[in-house]
Amino acid sequence: MTTYPISVTINGQVHTGDVPARLLLVHFIRDMAMLTGTHCGCDTTSCGACTIDFNGKPVKSCTLLAVQANGAEITTIEGVAQGGQLHPVQEGFYQCHGLQCGFCTPGMILTSISLLKHNPDPSEDEIRWGISGNLCRCTGYNNIVKSVQYAAMKLAGKQPEVVIINEESTVREMAH
Amino acid sequence: MIPASFEYVAAATLGEAFGLLKKHPDAKILAGGHSLIPMMKFRVAQPALLIDINKVPDLAYIKEDAKWLKIGALTRESEFENSALIRDKYHLLADAAKMIADPLVRNMATVGGNLAHADPANDHPAVMLAYDAVVVVSGAKGTREVPITKFFTGPFTPDIAHDEILTEIRIPLRKAGDGGCYLKIERKVGDYATAAVGVFVRLGAKGVCEYAGIGLTNLGLMPIKATAACKVLMGGPLSDAKIREAAQLASEAAEPTSDWRGTEEYKRALVKTLTVRALKQAALRAAA
Repeated sequence: MTTYPISVTINGQVHTGDVPARLLLVHFIRDMAMLTGTHCGCDTTSCGACTIDFNGKPVKSCTLLAVQANGAEITTIEGVAQGGQLHPVQEGFYQCHGLQCGFCTPGMILTSISLLKHNPDPSEDEIRWGISGNLCRCTGYNNIVKSVQYAAMKLAGKQPEVVIINEESTVREMAH
Repeated sequence: MIPASFEYVAAATLGEAFGLLKKHPDAKILAGGHSLIPMMKFRVAQPALLIDINKVPDLAYIKEDAKWLKIGALTRESEFENSALIRDKYHLLADAAKMIADPLVRNMATVGGNLAHADPANDHPAVMLAYDAVVVVSGAKGTREVPITKFFTGPFTPDIAHDEILTEIRIPLRKAGDGGCYLKIERKVGDYATAAVGVFVRLGAKGVCEYAGIGLTNLGLMPIKATAACKVLMGGPLSDAKIREAAQLASEAAEPTSDWRGTEEYKRALVKTLTVRALKQAALRAAA
């Protein structure tokens, strides 16, 4: 079988390999670069568990070929935290209970980071629309929406807090 | 799922891609790949060679000239959402683009691929039929301009020879009095339409309809233009009676089959309702 030499920058580090054309990018990331934070869920472009940042845009890595990534800059979930500090979106998911089993979480986080980059102050509808390519079977999405709201607040330089109002958790800015 | 084995070339120019297509009868063009790669995983498609055109320069653009809005075939669906020009002036296209698949898919999927795949469930065919767009098909010997009404020659079959590539789509330049709208019923984000209707109208003096185009998505084996419905609308103002008559004709032009998305009867009823709503919205936008 013909193989093709590729060189891909993942989280700032160059990964090289000789890959057959049919190797999917998600498998290159998981099995050759050994970065298993990117999950392969449905394998049919539906669920978004395999979402990565590909040259600045979130895409489903089960529907790209590894050869297409030759020369690309990729960020996976392993590259999101910086210097031991959780990214505000990660912190949001942690604080707001935005995950249960965690399988969809890497994809949700990569998508949410891009969403907030383009729309720093999204409405609830815009958040739901923005993550509509990522499926979660645990949370019912409500806490994911709150996680993104938390992150938006944090990224805007405010200190969010999660409080219980009428038996429902709500994200609001901490009083000074 | 893993595709069957194939060879891969990232073409640097269109000329290189034309040459490779000519030499390899089993080759396919890889653009966004979000229809092709899933088909290859299911082994519905097993090309011997993929010719990747993603690195070919100057194939992704959205620009107006004196006569047309010109869209490069490699333009990603998400570019339409980000384009103020499309949002402000080409409502039908803007409506449709944000209903295609999901936001992640739209970052890769291309408008050219959406049309060249000629899938009646894709959204751009109906949009371009409504606009009466022109498709530019290029080959080693030059380019051809194909009216969209002649572009779909059969199910999943566009008028593109094996050694040609769809390179540009041309939509009539927006004029005052233009209005469009795309309405789609889908069971969930990412599903194909249960039914969708794209409408484009051009209103002249006193609101007289000079042109009307109605395209139907996923309502037959091929993308459908509801020609009789369009004819009824042209030559007078868009009265409620005319809109109702056009909606009835559009539902008759649809060729739906009963499936897990709904019965034939239900889908025809959707076409009727969506056509009324889309025409009213398009008329409002035309008047704005």
